[in-house]
Amino acid sequence: MSQAGQEKPPILAVNNIEVVYKHVMLVLKGLSLRVPEGAIVALLGSNGAGKSTTLKAISGFLPLEDGEITDGWIEFQGQNLKGLQPHQLVRRGLFQVMEGRHIFEDLTVEENLACGAYTRRNRAQVRADLEKCFDYFPPLKERYKSLAGYLSGGEQQMLAISRALLARPRLMMLDEPSLGLAPLLVEEIFEIIGRINRQEGVTILLVEQNARIALSVSSYGYIMENGRVVLDGPVERLLKDQDVQEFYLGLGAQGGRKSYREVKHYKRRKRWLS
Amino acid sequence: MSFFLELVANGVAVGGVYALIALGFVLIYKATSIINFATGEFMMIGAYFFYTFMVLLGLPAVPAFILVMACSALLGLVVERAILRHMLGQPTISIIMVTIGLSSILLGLAELIWTSDFKSFPPLFPRAPVIIGEVVIRSNFFWGFIIAMAAVAAFALLFKYAKVGVAMRATADDQMAAFSMGINVRSMFTVAWAMGAIAAALGGLIIGNIGGIQPNLGHLGLTIFPVVILGGLDSIAGAVVGGFIVGIVENLAGGYLHDYVRGDVKELAPFVVLVLILLIKPYGLFGKQEIERL
Ligand SMILES: Nc1ncnc2c1ncn2[C@@H]1O[C@H](COP(=O)(O)OP(=O)(O)OP(=O)(O)O)[C@@H](O)[C@H]1O
Ligand SMILES: [Mg+2]
Repeated sequence: MSQAGQEKPPILAVNNIEVVYKHVMLVLKGLSLRVPEGAIVALLGSNGAGKSTTLKAISGFLPLEDGEITDGWIEFQGQNLKGLQPHQLVRRGLFQVMEGRHIFEDLTVEENLACGAYTRRNRAQVRADLEKCFDYFPPLKERYKSLAGYLSGGEQQMLAISRALLARPRLMMLDEPSLGLAPLLVEEIFEIIGRINRQEGVTILLVEQNARIALSVSSYGYIMENGRVVLDGPVERLLKDQDVQEFYLGLGAQGGRKSYREVKHYKRRKRWLS
Repeated sequence: MSFFLELVANGVAVGGVYALIALGFVLIYKATSIINFATGEFMMIGAYFFYTFMVLLGLPAVPAFILVMACSALLGLVVERAILRHMLGQPTISIIMVTIGLSSILLGLAELIWTSDFKSFPPLFPRAPVIIGEVVIRSNFFWGFIIAMAAVAAFALLFKYAKVGVAMRATADDQMAAFSMGINVRSMFTVAWAMGAIAAALGGLIIGNIGGIQPNLGHLGLTIFPVVILGGLDSIAGAVVGGFIVGIVENLAGGYLHDYVRGDVKELAPFVVLVLILLIKPYGLFGKQEIERL
């Protein structure tokens, strides 16, 4: 596998992990990935490929779902994460925005945001970051006092990302931020994700089924099938890959790129589709 | 008319104390989804703590009061850490059995330590009844009500505004998400047990001041149950409203029906109202629907 990080050690390194649920279901079968500091890295794949499982393995949530890392290890900022619980990882700068947003519906927007800043001490900085959230997501300012359960899906996603921002993580992991949102809103949210990465210097690991939008903001991508990485590379290279075009970007195989057909090993990869 | 008002006023006073004890259930249930059937015994132990500090050790009332809160918080903490933490993820029925077992253990311990003799506190408040308009309220009821309401308000404010309160509500709402915010969910459970124990203990102290204490004071915990169910197990506002309803109904029934009906109408009436209200609102007046899972 080619490496994303060159000289500098990556902020996150997942090394050949195996994950088993309920002691029997092998879901990740030797998965490795690297996230270089400052980058946006996309982790793509279809339903059930194991993307969310990968994030949960990193963020310490597996034991809560009766899952276990049975082989391999994960390093964050050079430190082995074995045995650390989710709330401890947040304090180390690793924050996961869970699939389906998981906002606190019975709490107000204000209280939700306060929960995002739960681990932080410096109130002045939190207030400054809150202003930034309002700049990125103006609707949150208008809905500041309302119950989060009454927000629209898009606003809830904005809230979920803002909570992450208020935690000031070194690495933010987003699990399908496009889920259930209208296409226009998806564009907007991803544009903001890109800005957050550049302006706040937050490294981002992005899990998506929507490959086109995810690759539009990322610099490197991994494609998973069935618990393994089947293809990875810089985004420019992935975008030119015929199978990626065909199966993930929804472009027809006929689209003038026939030359790729001749390359044998691309055919071999067709089995990802199973 | 003044008889009616007096019944209502006394009902409100007692209801306020019920509300506080009901909070003992609610605070724990909200965060952990556990119904603590030892709440009555937490109450009884709280009253004995106060008796120990004030009568046996001769401390003034205020320090004794503060020590009661500290000791009952510790009791809640120990119970959670030593027992319930290890029951995480076990079937609800097992957890309920554990809390019932706990209530028997606490009862036994109380008999062992303080014997089953009747005990009472020295007078804490001026003896003279409080008179509001035409209504006369016994001073122990009146001051008990004031203390209970102050405690309920303190808990409500803590829940609404304090960082730990917001974190507890977040935990109650979505445990996974709370974890992902960096909230130590298990320590929130501990805090909930400590707070629930404090609420119950303060209630026990007030009740003990009104009627004296014996180890079986804890049985009152079950009579508080209609309050909790009425209000909805997970709602502070519900506990307060439920407390008042039960207090008032109890007093009115006792006052008006006592001469016509054999048996203890006063204790029966709240359950009748409870059944009627649950027929209309199955989740209690303020409860969320998820409670159904119980
Ligand atoms: N808690 C669990 N217990 C048992 N099996 C699980 C659990 N969570 C996930 N799985 C299984 O692991 C596999 C991978 O699931 P995962 O949620 O990681 O996929 P995903 O790539 O995130 O899919 P999606 O795009 O649908 O979110 C699936 O077959 C799923 O059924
Ligand atoms: Mg997923």
